[in-house]
Amino acid sequence: MTYREALRLGLLKALESDPRVFLMGEDVGAYGGAYAVSKGLYERFGPERIRDTPLSENAFVGAGIGAAMMGMRPIVEVMTINFALLALDQLVHNAATLRHMSGGQISVPLVMRTTSGAGRQLAAQHSHSFEGWFAHIPGIKILAPASVEDAYGMLEFALYDPDPVLIVEYASLFNLEGHLPEKAIPPVNQALVRRAGSSITLVTYGAMVIKALTAAEELASEGISTEVIDLRSLRPLDMATIVTSLTKTHRAVIVDEGWKSGSLAAEIMARIMEEGFYELDAPVERVCTLEVPIPYPRHLEEAAIPQPETIKAAIRRVVAHHV
Amino acid sequence: MSDRVNLPHLPHLLHQMIRIRQFEEKAAELYSSGKFRGFLHLYIGEEAIAAGVMPSLNADDAVVSTYREHGHALARGVSMNSIMAEMYGKVEGCSHGRGGSMHLFDISRKFYGGNAIVAGGLPLAVGMALAMKLRPSSQMGPSTSLAACLFGDGAVAEGAFHESLNLAALWRLPVLFLCENNFYAMGTALHRHQAETDLALKAKGYRIAAHKIDGMDVDAVEKATREAVCKIREGQGPQFLELQTYRFRPHSMFDPDLYRDKSEIEKWRAHDPIVSYSTILKKQGVLDDAQIEHLEAKVREEVQGAVAFAESGTFEPVEMLTRDVYTLEASK
Repeated sequence: MTYREALRLGLLKALESDPRVFLMGEDVGAYGGAYAVSKGLYERFGPERIRDTPLSENAFVGAGIGAAMMGMRPIVEVMTINFALLALDQLVHNAATLRHMSGGQISVPLVMRTTSGAGRQLAAQHSHSFEGWFAHIPGIKILAPASVEDAYGMLEFALYDPDPVLIVEYASLFNLEGHLPEKAIPPVNQALVRRAGSSITLVTYGAMVIKALTAAEELASEGISTEVIDLRSLRPLDMATIVTSLTKTHRAVIVDEGWKSGSLAAEIMARIMEEGFYELDAPVERVCTLEVPIPYPRHLEEAAIPQPETIKAAIRRVVAHHV
Repeated sequence: MSDRVNLPHLPHLLHQMIRIRQFEEKAAELYSSGKFRGFLHLYIGEEAIAAGVMPSLNADDAVVSTYREHGHALARGVSMNSIMAEMYGKVEGCSHGRGGSMHLFDISRKFYGGNAIVAGGLPLAVGMALAMKLRPSSQMGPSTSLAACLFGDGAVAEGAFHESLNLAALWRLPVLFLCENNFYAMGTALHRHQAETDLALKAKGYRIAAHKIDGMDVDAVEKATREAVCKIREGQGPQFLELQTYRFRPHSMFDPDLYRDKSEIEKWRAHDPIVSYSTILKKQGVLDDAQIEHLEAKVREEVQGAVAFAESGTFEPVEMLTRDVYTLEASK
């Protein structure tokens, strides 16, 4: 079972179980989904519920918001998070604000799915990670499935939520192998310890979880026991799980595929200062994407984004640090 | 709606226009005396559109509006008390005081704001209409409801306008596009921001039936809306009305109004929709001067009552500030 198949099964289950659910986006129907996630759904549910849209991100995301306000449960797919910027106005000024601005009269149970992340030589307009920007906005929630279980299970949580939820999927994880969850996945607002360890806490999310796990395994032979935390929810942040881990390890590295300046990593670091400062035995480090637009050539792209080697180097530095 | 009680249809249109005019004149006065702040965009001069449009809409139809929406809200049946209290930022306001002048919401009237991003409401209306169309297949009962979307000529320059018209036409959605063309996008004249100033023509470019209407003539607006609504309910897809009008006041209370000639304003004032309609009703023998004065006096009472209601309202405790960001729990 791949991450892609799990996403499709999650969609299938949602469409079968709730007549209010429909999928809408660019090439989700006849084409079968830009990443083949929705393949076969058009044939099964028809063009009304698997609805191809023009390349009008602002309008069809806004239409998803309007439909959600009227009691439907739209799942709006935006091909990549880069294109989601074209819908930023609707997300920020409508989806995120309507409830508060109307004095609690309106709920927007919108689910928006999109893909993020670099690693496929798609250059500077298809490779950036803007999750951190979206996480800046009160009024929306953001989920980042980094496992087959979450790829399958998070959608149901998102659809159940009366508020707008953005699910960020990772193109580099679509072929990730795993198993469907046997029972309900843990609540999506909880971060999960993907690998237990005692020397250092590695906090990350999305595609970087896999690289972090690789780095952690490789460091085990050096006697460094790394605890890997998968945030799963980027807003709200589950700081309790991070601080609990710090009370054990007293050291932390944050890995974020976004740029360092003003990043989600910066936010987590700041909150560790606010909520876990006295647990720390060393300064916290961050491994982020270098502050360049993602370049096309493979070697330069690889050098720009966090890799197991750069993650390991950061972990070694923090572990070696003594006050 | 509530104020139609005991009033035949024609005086009702006049009554609504007078309500809007008097409410706004009072609002301007209160604003100038510092009773409330924020932006205040007056609708004075454009009343015939709100008054003429709303009678054709059903209780189940959704209305999406702009930041110049006091008139829309009043004509839709949102209570004057709750609108005035909203201007004051009081809990008794129709948006609980959270929105202010630009963000009036009243779900009981299916009045969905008060959108202050120009053209920001159009995609919402498209989505509401999509939900109405999809409902039969989702077992929520058949629907002949529609989404009425008000916006100005400034919105025509936004991408969201074009994307939304295309979607609505492509999917044959029950959307009534109501373009209030007052010939200025804030201070920029229509001919200075549009290469093609025929706005109905733009809608026709998306295969949407479109008509230009004299927006100073409440009868014409009422008739055009009634016909367009009928076509939408018959399943003919979206309809577009370009309602030509004029705001007598500046864009907002901050606007020194330097970009248009006084003579132009005077020319339009000669077509004041309330004066024109009063004259017609008198000529037709529907109302006489005494009855119109009675109507005005009645509205003055309503406005005074709304001010008293708002002034005696309460401010939300600061402890409640973070409520309603999310539905279920306080999420950081």
